[in-house]
Amino acid sequence: MEELRTVIARHKRRDALFAVVGLLSLLVGLVTLLALILNLAIDGTSRLSWTFLTSYPSRFPEQAGILAAWVGTVLVMAVTAMAAIPLGVAAGVYLEEFASKNRLTQLIEINITNLAGVPSIVFGLMALGLFVYKLHLGQSILTAGLTLSLLVLPIVITATRESIRAISLSIREAAYATGATKWQTVCHHVLPYSTGGILTGVIISLSRAIGETAPLITIGALTFIAFLPDPPIQGHFPFLSFQWLQSPFTVMPIQMFNWVSRPQAEFHLNAAAAGLVLLTMTLAMNAIAIYVRHRFRKKIQW
Amino acid sequence: MTLGIVGILAYESIAFFRAVPLIDFLTDTQWTPLFSDAHYGILPLISGTLITTLVAVCVAIPLGTVVAIYLSEYAPHRLRETVKPVLELLSAIPTVVYGYFALLFVTPLLQKILPNLPGFNMLSAGLVMGVMIIPYVSSLSEDAMRAVPMQIREGSYAMGATRFQTALRVVTPSALSGISAAYILAFSRAIGETMVVAIAAGMQPNLTWNPMEPAATITAYIVQVSLGDLPHGSIGYQTIFAAGLTLMLITLVFNILGHWMKKKFREVY
Repeated sequence: MEELRTVIARHKRRDALFAVVGLLSLLVGLVTLLALILNLAIDGTSRLSWTFLTSYPSRFPEQAGILAAWVGTVLVMAVTAMAAIPLGVAAGVYLEEFASKNRLTQLIEINITNLAGVPSIVFGLMALGLFVYKLHLGQSILTAGLTLSLLVLPIVITATRESIRAISLSIREAAYATGATKWQTVCHHVLPYSTGGILTGVIISLSRAIGETAPLITIGALTFIAFLPDPPIQGHFPFLSFQWLQSPFTVMPIQMFNWVSRPQAEFHLNAAAAGLVLLTMTLAMNAIAIYVRHRFRKKIQW
Repeated sequence: MTLGIVGILAYESIAFFRAVPLIDFLTDTQWTPLFSDAHYGILPLISGTLITTLVAVCVAIPLGTVVAIYLSEYAPHRLRETVKPVLELLSAIPTVVYGYFALLFVTPLLQKILPNLPGFNMLSAGLVMGVMIIPYVSSLSEDAMRAVPMQIREGSYAMGATRFQTALRVVTPSALSGISAAYILAFSRAIGETMVVAIAAGMQPNLTWNPMEPAATITAYIVQVSLGDLPHGSIGYQTIFAAGLTLMLITLVFNILGHWMKKKFREVY
């Protein structure tokens, strides 16, 4: 009896011990996150100002800014979104609603899962070979946007499929029962109900793309750009210009990388400030995604 | 698309392997393609990649697994629902920010303990990368553990097992398929990670097995070459495709291994 008690006590001690260990491991992750954000904030805030946001990079750390970088980021993201959203959603809808289950679709599915595991820099190499040298798109905003859209396409497709799959079959059957075609069912019922999930996936994928550095470096983004691309909206006929698609560019993470790899400590402060802006963008997008998911989950009830 | 990637990489690499025999590529211990005395041995780059990956995985797998067990078996509901998204932020932060953190925060910190540590080293890059991939391990493992049916747990509790015994002997083996998939994903993330190592581990190819030294990884080399201005079609330009192909093959092997392990350990209830 006494022996049994000690055994039980020992096991209970181990149980309690593990609870502490688990909490500690959790804290390692959270503390690192906190340290990272604080470190950036402490180093970066001294350089963060309106002029920092509206100046071009410079040889002098006090005068350098991130205007070209954030404009480049916004434009590249626009191209990425325009390419990845229609393609990704269409592919997701097709695979989930229209495609017959055969060898080919199975192969495509395995492919999509595998693509998510390919290192991002390999996408950059492919883009360098394909877009830059085969299709002669140059080292432009268009190339960058397309590269990133290929990178996030698997995320968008998976998010679309998962949110479509979550819609109960009875909704579809009700639509079919009233004589709707497959296309009408998808357009009027399936897609509207899954918008929340798809939107969340899209925002998450864009927040991933915004921080991607490696593939853009491989296609040859410049780090010193002291001009802006042509504005997309012009004052004269035909009012819309697509010249900006072809212009060379830099983006936030590349600008930050450039500053980090310089030896002078002043540039490191600039890097911290740029990182702070980048981090704010990413976290804001993640927050929006969480909010969207929450809102849509509340709105639709059946 | 996978075909497209492999196609482009292979196409550009063929030209490289025409100039450099495969034997040299695999056995030469120096990687100096841009010097006049050019050597094309991939080994230094592979050793750099493997060491940073190993350091990262040694951090991420134990921590991630413990966190997963804790969240799935111990933590109260409220804690789990708040902590999980916050932990997932770790993987949402841009990698270049992690690079900055490794070079300018973790390295100086480590230098206080190990005074001989050089400014660029694989240790701090690997450690930071490890924390970065914790969510990949913990989230996927936790999902797998939560998918284990409640009855199995209750059966174990009914036998008088503690939560720890249940978690270790009952839940973890049942969820092994998902957990192994999570580990494999962590490996391939760490192998393909670029910016952290390019910033914090240095860019000098170095055949060493000591994580305290600076060394370039495959990915860091590609970045280094791309930053310069190499003419299209030159041998230097082709080396990055050969390096990329090697990287792709390594991750492909891991992915296939992951598929295989997932199938092998799958438990059906």
